[in-house]
Amino acid sequence: MSRTPLDTVEHAAATPDVELPWAELGLKKDEYERVVEILGRRPTGAELAMYSVMWSEHCSYKSSKVHLRQFGEKAPQSDALLVGIGENAGVVDVGQGYAVTFKVESHNHPSYVEPYQGAATGVGGIVRDIIAMGARPVAVVDPLRFGAADHPDTKRVLPGVVAGIGGYGNCLGLPNIGGEVVFDACYQGNPLVNAGAIGVMRHEDIHLAKASGAGNKVILYGARTGGDGIGGASILASETFDDAKPSKRPAVQVGDPFQEKLLIECTLEAFAEKLVVGIQDLGAAGLSCATSELASNGSGGMRVTLDDVPLRDSTLSPEEILMSESQERMCAVVEPDKVERFLEICDKWDVIATVIGEVTDGDRLEIFWHGGKIVDVDPRTVAHDGPVYERPYARPDWQDALQADDAGKLPRPATSEELRDQVLKLVASPNQASKKWITSQYDHFVQGNTVLAQPEDSGMIRVDEESGLGVAIATDGNGRYAKLDPYTGAQLALAEAYRNVATTGAKPLAVSDCLNFGSPEDPAVMWQFAEAVRGLADGCLQLGTPVTGGNVSLYNQTGEAAIHPTPVVAVLGVIDDVARRTPVAFQEEGQLIYLLGDTREEFGGSAWSQVVHDHLGGLPPRVDLERERLLAEILISASRDGMIDSAHDLSDGGLVQAVVESALLGGKGARLIVPDGLDAFTLLFSESAGRAIVAVPRSEEVRFNDMCGARGLPATRIGVVDGDTVEIQGEFTLTLAELREAHENTIPSLLA
Amino acid sequence: MTARIGVVTFPGSLDDRDTQRAIRIAGAEPVALWHKDKDLKQVDAVVLCGGFSYGDYLRAGAIARFSPVMEPLIDQARAGLPVLGICNGFQILTEAHLLPGAMLGNDHLHFICRDQKLRVENAETSWTTDYSAGQEIHIPLKNMDGRYVADDYTLDQLEAEGRVAFRYVDFNPNGSLRDIAGITNEAGNVVGLMPHPEHAVESLIGTGRTDGLPFFTSILKKLVTA
Repeated sequence: MSRTPLDTVEHAAATPDVELPWAELGLKKDEYERVVEILGRRPTGAELAMYSVMWSEHCSYKSSKVHLRQFGEKAPQSDALLVGIGENAGVVDVGQGYAVTFKVESHNHPSYVEPYQGAATGVGGIVRDIIAMGARPVAVVDPLRFGAADHPDTKRVLPGVVAGIGGYGNCLGLPNIGGEVVFDACYQGNPLVNAGAIGVMRHEDIHLAKASGAGNKVILYGARTGGDGIGGASILASETFDDAKPSKRPAVQVGDPFQEKLLIECTLEAFAEKLVVGIQDLGAAGLSCATSELASNGSGGMRVTLDDVPLRDSTLSPEEILMSESQERMCAVVEPDKVERFLEICDKWDVIATVIGEVTDGDRLEIFWHGGKIVDVDPRTVAHDGPVYERPYARPDWQDALQADDAGKLPRPATSEELRDQVLKLVASPNQASKKWITSQYDHFVQGNTVLAQPEDSGMIRVDEESGLGVAIATDGNGRYAKLDPYTGAQLALAEAYRNVATTGAKPLAVSDCLNFGSPEDPAVMWQFAEAVRGLADGCLQLGTPVTGGNVSLYNQTGEAAIHPTPVVAVLGVIDDVARRTPVAFQEEGQLIYLLGDTREEFGGSAWSQVVHDHLGGLPPRVDLERERLLAEILISASRDGMIDSAHDLSDGGLVQAVVESALLGGKGARLIVPDGLDAFTLLFSESAGRAIVAVPRSEEVRFNDMCGARGLPATRIGVVDGDTVEIQGEFTLTLAELREAHENTIPSLLA
Repeated sequence: MTARIGVVTFPGSLDDRDTQRAIRIAGAEPVALWHKDKDLKQVDAVVLCGGFSYGDYLRAGAIARFSPVMEPLIDQARAGLPVLGICNGFQILTEAHLLPGAMLGNDHLHFICRDQKLRVENAETSWTTDYSAGQEIHIPLKNMDGRYVADDYTLDQLEAEGRVAFRYVDFNPNGSLRDIAGITNEAGNVVGLMPHPEHAVESLIGTGRTDGLPFFTSILKKLVTA
């Protein structure tokens, strides 16, 4: 786009009739007109570049904003929340002077185009968000969704994504402790690659993205700026894939995890010496985002000399420099007398650092290039006053028919043998099978603080070596449930993640989310989105766990076909002493297996209906959040007081899936009896929410039963940890060897 | 007195803090060494820890081997300074020719992270006296380039001299020749292995086993009684 003469502010004012390529940059006509109105003239090319990326769906949340407000409006009272929505990531008080920051983001579109780099830079981006809050990153998690496991393209996308997450995260020294892998044909052209990260800091170390104090210097540090990822946010993440368009590969960034590792260490060292006034990472929309957000969140304006930005490619135009999404870059605001020390630290770590501007008295963001002023804007209009759409939404006309197609009417196994076969088929199905082939490509051990990692119900990290204080995180989401009923589906995702944190013994504190949906221009998708947000906001209010931040990914659709609405919910919890944590695996023979909660005939959206009947219809399981809260309290108390030795949440796949996993992980079988009032089929496959199984040492049985009875939680003794088989009395027996083969061979045989 | 054990941080080192913690748990004093240091701060032993030094975009360890700290380290290791190389540290030791052979990419071409069973073949090195020969232990393994290779002559020599210190048992995770997981130099002061003993020193953390702690207690005993 570079042209002669330089398109300065002056030049723009003098040449009102020059046509700019706003449509190619992803802006709509009315949006462009609004830019002209704000500026009182046509924008310069550089200004247009900034507005186009910052007003993109990905950066401005223009379609989702009106709904996301509920997370603030319905926020529960919580003493734990130190920093809420709007910053790089939320921050939660976990006690003993520690604060934890966590967030989940999407890197869906780039990961389909270029799986390795797309996924790798997804990890890089979320980790920089965590550093930007002042925290040392301590763990990552990766909720992933792919097309059908046996589809040929899944074999291209999945191994690339997994290698990318591993290649980047392993090289940063961050243990990967959780996440999910889900297969469904609806994600065939739109895999969901969400990445979450947790960071730990002391309360006094919290940093914000804010440029204050006239005269303070703006320092860009990290990688040089190149031509990669130009327009990533506006073009790639904010449009529907369409085969007719040219390859979007150049819009995908390329990651350098080594550079990011240096960036982590050098940033933390600068924080430790209190050299940083404000900080922002460069992710989507690159310098456009960093400069406009820092300036608009601070008290003054900002002046930047773009010529000083270190480049990888000297031919880049100023517009490209502003839009580049080159990875591993950060922007810090530093007082003048601390600049020298800041640069020394960068030099120690061989990180390039350059003063590119300063904070000014005014309220304008001014950017210069070759001596001419090419940007002169109110930064708030770029960063915060983007368009807000009240997109039309409507309950899709097929929703009633879908819900009427009750899974309860599907044929059930007629004989014990059929039941046995269906159990084997379930635990071997791609969604229920062991994901060890995938997770063994991630480092779980680095940093030496990993207490629990996948396949445990939640990942758990020790925060303090002396006291044993720890944090837990679980991510969950079930697109099938959400398709049947987005409001309930979102609450089920929340309930499951909340439960998963509690089954390991940690107290759930706060929520982050990654909302993956189709095109907001489709009223049916918009309805799904509105319903899911409403459900999640209501649920968080009821459970007392505020949403601290998150991410929205729209346009996950190919042509007319949208993905299942997929709200992924991350719940963060705290545990006073990690020595009290409860694992999934059965520990000792003879311990009693209790089923907690109520089991109903609920099969809508279930794994059984998918695996056995390839069916999706009816209603998802009912949600009772008060029951979830009670269950969590019981699980936490029981773990703290040593009443249970293992626990596993019941969710997709139902009780049989949970029992098989606990048995295989512990190398100890189970003998189960179908309790009165239930049939074997319902006991094994129902996906009623608000349930868990626990293994209780015999010496603790009375105490445990008394506790459940006193608090009104149904607790049913259903069996005992025993032998090397899983036996359902009067029905069938499966050996652990058979189950292991079924459970562990599926993924390698499809993907290795 | 206690022993002072240096842990070198290269840019891209990942397990430096973990290794320092393991040394502390064993009762010794960890001393942080920086890749640009030109002396070893009079430490009694050195651990080269895991990670991706300088990004390892070239051969793993190939650049780290030329960093300033390696000059005194190579000289002193030849003179008897105990040195343990874990994972990337092992790769660096082979690149520095303190240990023979080389590490190639895993034969299955994936990063692998698992709780690995090993057999201690040599319990007489500076770092293994708290084990017994033939003892089987579980130590976490995590690497991309862990396939140990050397020519047959070297391998035969290593075997004949008892310098294969650790062997993979039940499962060879990366295609290493003769299931070799770790080796020692002739004098027994320089040991390198791919698995990570520093990740197996606390019963609550990682795999929950403490099979790696004897590495650090072995060296401590040797240094304190020396």
